[in-house]
Amino acid sequence: MTNHIVDLKNTDCALIMGSNAAENHPISMRWLLRAREQRNAKIIHVDPRYTRTSARADIYAPLRSGTDIAFLGGMIKYIIDNEKYHKDYVLAYTNASFLVKDEYGFEDGLFSGYDPEKRSYDVSSWDYQYDENGLPIKDPTLQHPRCVFQLLKQHYERYDIDTVCQITGTPKKKYLEVLEAFSATGAPDKTGTIMYAMGITQHTVGSQNVRAFAIVQLLLGNMGRPGGGVNALRGENNVQGATDMALLFHIIPGYIDSPTNGADNKDLLAYIRKATPGAAKLQFNSLEEFRQLVAAGFPNSGFKINTSKWMVSLLKAWWGDAANAENDFAYHYMPKRDANKNYSHIALFEAMHRGEIDGLFVNGTNPVVGGPNANKEQEALSKLKWMVSIDLWLNETADFWTYPAWQRPVENENVPKLAANDIQTEVFFLPAAAVYEKEGTASQTGRWVQYRWQGADPVGESKADLWIYNELGKRIKSLYAGSSKPEDEPITQLAWNYDDEHGHDDIMKVAAELCGFNVADGLPVEGFANLKDDGSTACGCWVYCGAMTYKDGKVIYKPQLRDNKDNSKEGLGLFSNWAWAWPVNRRIVYNRCSISPDGVTPWPGDEKRVLIRWDEAAGSWVGDDVCDTGKTSPPEKAMPFIMRPEGMGCIFATKTSMKDGPFPEHYEPWESPTANTMNKQNLNPATKVWEPDKQGTPDKYPIIATTYRVVEHWQTGALTRNLPWLAELMPDMMVEISEELAREKGIKNGRKVIVSTTRGDIEAVACVTKRFKPFNIHGKQIHEIGLLWHYGFKGFATGDPANRLTPHVGCANTMIPEYKAFLCDVRRA
Amino acid sequence: MANLTNLYDVSKCTACRGCMVACKDWNQLPAVIEPFKGNYDTHGGDTNGDTFTVVRFIEGEDPVDGVFWNFLKYQCMHCFYPACMKVCPQGAYSKTEWGATFHDPEKCIGCQYCTYACPFMIPKYRKREDKISKCTLCVDRVEEGLTPACARTCPTGALKFGDREELLAEAEERVKFLQANGFPRATIYGRVELGGLNKLYVLTDSPDKFGLPVDPKVPGQISFWQNWVQPYFGWLIPVALAGSAVSFVTTRILANKNGDHTEGGHE
Ligand code: SF4
Ligand code: SF4
Ligand code: SF4
Repeated sequence: MTNHIVDLKNTDCALIMGSNAAENHPISMRWLLRAREQRNAKIIHVDPRYTRTSARADIYAPLRSGTDIAFLGGMIKYIIDNEKYHKDYVLAYTNASFLVKDEYGFEDGLFSGYDPEKRSYDVSSWDYQYDENGLPIKDPTLQHPRCVFQLLKQHYERYDIDTVCQITGTPKKKYLEVLEAFSATGAPDKTGTIMYAMGITQHTVGSQNVRAFAIVQLLLGNMGRPGGGVNALRGENNVQGATDMALLFHIIPGYIDSPTNGADNKDLLAYIRKATPGAAKLQFNSLEEFRQLVAAGFPNSGFKINTSKWMVSLLKAWWGDAANAENDFAYHYMPKRDANKNYSHIALFEAMHRGEIDGLFVNGTNPVVGGPNANKEQEALSKLKWMVSIDLWLNETADFWTYPAWQRPVENENVPKLAANDIQTEVFFLPAAAVYEKEGTASQTGRWVQYRWQGADPVGESKADLWIYNELGKRIKSLYAGSSKPEDEPITQLAWNYDDEHGHDDIMKVAAELCGFNVADGLPVEGFANLKDDGSTACGCWVYCGAMTYKDGKVIYKPQLRDNKDNSKEGLGLFSNWAWAWPVNRRIVYNRCSISPDGVTPWPGDEKRVLIRWDEAAGSWVGDDVCDTGKTSPPEKAMPFIMRPEGMGCIFATKTSMKDGPFPEHYEPWESPTANTMNKQNLNPATKVWEPDKQGTPDKYPIIATTYRVVEHWQTGALTRNLPWLAELMPDMMVEISEELAREKGIKNGRKVIVSTTRGDIEAVACVTKRFKPFNIHGKQIHEIGLLWHYGFKGFATGDPANRLTPHVGCANTMIPEYKAFLCDVRRA
Repeated sequence: MANLTNLYDVSKCTACRGCMVACKDWNQLPAVIEPFKGNYDTHGGDTNGDTFTVVRFIEGEDPVDGVFWNFLKYQCMHCFYPACMKVCPQGAYSKTEWGATFHDPEKCIGCQYCTYACPFMIPKYRKREDKISKCTLCVDRVEEGLTPACARTCPTGALKFGDREELLAEAEERVKFLQANGFPRATIYGRVELGGLNKLYVLTDSPDKFGLPVDPKVPGQISFWQNWVQPYFGWLIPVALAGSAVSFVTTRILANKNGDHTEGGHE
């Protein structure tokens, strides 16, 4: 979230899209409903199915799964055509006025630079025009035909209301209601929030769906202001923390680019040149020379100019004394990924299926239920030599080799059926402690890092994750102890000091490393501005720097703070002394935008939602939130989007920001019941297709399927299907089907049905409901059904995993699987 | 002492059913897992001996407003003038001074007269114990200064606990707001029904849209029972329960309300 959960109470209008917030983020509704109660805020829910969120919304608008960009593209057009955008904001805080290179273009669904062989783009034309000083050229009148604003207008010219509704299947009247209600937040005294979740991201155009949100919110002037923002509701309590710690393969902790095996990453200097925006153009042969250039104001890379400090401090945290100026701070110890390889979930399981992977640690995940194309992923596990499962329960993945794991409702020659004695994988199970049985922090969806104290002792032999990994680290190190081989140095030299004086793991030592310390005295680094690239500081994750502080002879770990008094004078619910938010305890990012460009005048009529203001006398920004711009940069210099080289919100995403285009464009899902009428490409041209032979076509599989969760269960259900009280509430795998489709197929409510795709078949109980309705797509009636993806063969509530049906295809940028839109058929069991 | 009660505002309820789980947790009620029958309404929308509260899901379609999905948390209403208490021959029911209708299982003999008398059909027979059970308004928590488990857990603020007068004022405000904002039929339930309930509801539509009786009534036989049978033949009841013919007679007197009440109870 750019904002945070409590902040939802400050909104005038919420667009919930691709999210079933009421069910999957119940607490978000507490604050959103307060906005309705206290500010008369409107709640809009856009979803293929009427859910418990729709029941609490003022406007519900259905849309066919996978057509979000058409929906939002039409909104962008509406905002521009009807001049609903927040003009002063757009001009001052976005790149709308920037001129784009003449080489950039878009035709027939393809942006300039496309290579059909590689299914990828050369992004060099997706860039600004620069003046002789290397600064982008702008047209503040927004009239120049090459300015971002005009290009945007031109791009979405095709997205008129009728065309959009033909694609999305949204009734025109409803669509207009949504457009009107949400674009009203473009008024300077209004803000609107967008809440989204996996219904947006789990598509072949997932990242571009989010980009479309960003454009809408920048046009309406809703970023960086209370009650606004683009708010990803994270699906697990600590998934934000996991991402901060580099859950994703292309980054290392703190969202730093992970080094590759390419020549441009061969040593620390090469890496810094590559990873620091703009540095490639500069001449420097040592870190010292680079530092001098930075001191002189080069390159123009926004806040990422600090990449060298983050990286060197990280290397110091990992290899301690063995990382020094003479050996490139042990950069050569750091594992390098193959620049040409993809290591995302799908790719990993494809490689496993080919027999390329020997062993696997599975913790906090259950791919036999949760992975896409779960039949294939289950088979892939059988090709491992060994697998370590760390979980609270012997879940479906831990027990993938047992008899029930291979039972299927119908025989299907394409689906493997193994027997336990065909499987040679050796499975180790380590029982893990539950969240209340261990200590540590969880970083919630609003980036608040909150400490949790242990509430109960772990059951039986189960252990906290830290204990497990600390033991693993220590034992691996002891196996290598005494080795003098240089290739073993990354392990022998690894700094691994997480034990207290009694030899027990000490979580505060981990915290101290993550938050950063001065090498000389071991005291916390007070904020990431103090990190250095000369080896004097160590920091395991720069975005957490500042969470630990030293005051009056005491170390204070801020995630443990529990002051539940709202420090905001206007009652905006910042609660800045409750826990700590990254970065630097900033509760609302881009908050420079909460006040008009001059830094002193509030947006007209919106005095109460000002977060920071420029204090001329003090020569700094002051306010209830931590400012998100140079603290002492005067208003005309204080950039609102400091992570960007141009310092502006990007309506046009330049160069490498996106793999599949500077503007979001509508493409159909990989499996779609209809051809794309918006342009000539059916599928996102930059998406990798893993299994072309597994693409279902509408002649055999005419029905759209989507997957989702219900409030009663959580993720793959390991945690909840093992709790009798929750199993009682949602006892079986079920599929929601419209009354119209049920009639067509002779399906009775409460009876069993078989759902099939090219990947497999599952059995489920039919829930025939008025809340799903067929869509009218280009004049044709198209059905959509919805499947819960919580179920497996273990626990009190059991059922077939929906993911036996889902495809191995994902977003062009992130490779997140397209769980949310695929084709199926359904029949009575 | 002022009446303490719950205010339940359907316009804020997301049907998360956290209240159901919290209730089972606090009261240590077992889960009874039954197959999914094609509706989120797992318990048929009604309480049972092991389930003191349920959330109803009522799906429908309105020609103007389109599809709707109404939710309703259902449990004992803690009536000001409880029919259950009136008919109980053993005095197992009592009113606390702050308004809860308390059922004492120690005194209960499982005769089930209360199940026929209650206008909301709340008390349920628990066969394995041969006793009645129902929502206690968390007497054991409230008297220790805590809020009821269901209200404590409600994430959205749909369910609150406090002084009935204050909550009533709040409910009036909410109904005014809802009526002005898209719910012209919004209303309060529990203020006047049956002379007042110690449970207040803010409804976005008329009570029947939530499966609540619009004008709940205590069955006519109750006063007959109370005025005639109990004073003169009350002594017969323990005997009746031993399985004599009188049991049949006395049960029938009251059992004409609906055929669902099978002898020997249901779980
Ligand atoms: S709702 Fe029924 S059980 Fe509860 S107090 Fe009223 S009459 Fe008694
Ligand atoms: S008041 Fe207590 S007993 Fe009654 S429904 Fe709520 S939690 Fe259950
Ligand atoms: S806990 Fe609250 S929101 Fe959830 S079902 Fe119960 S009353 Fe509704």
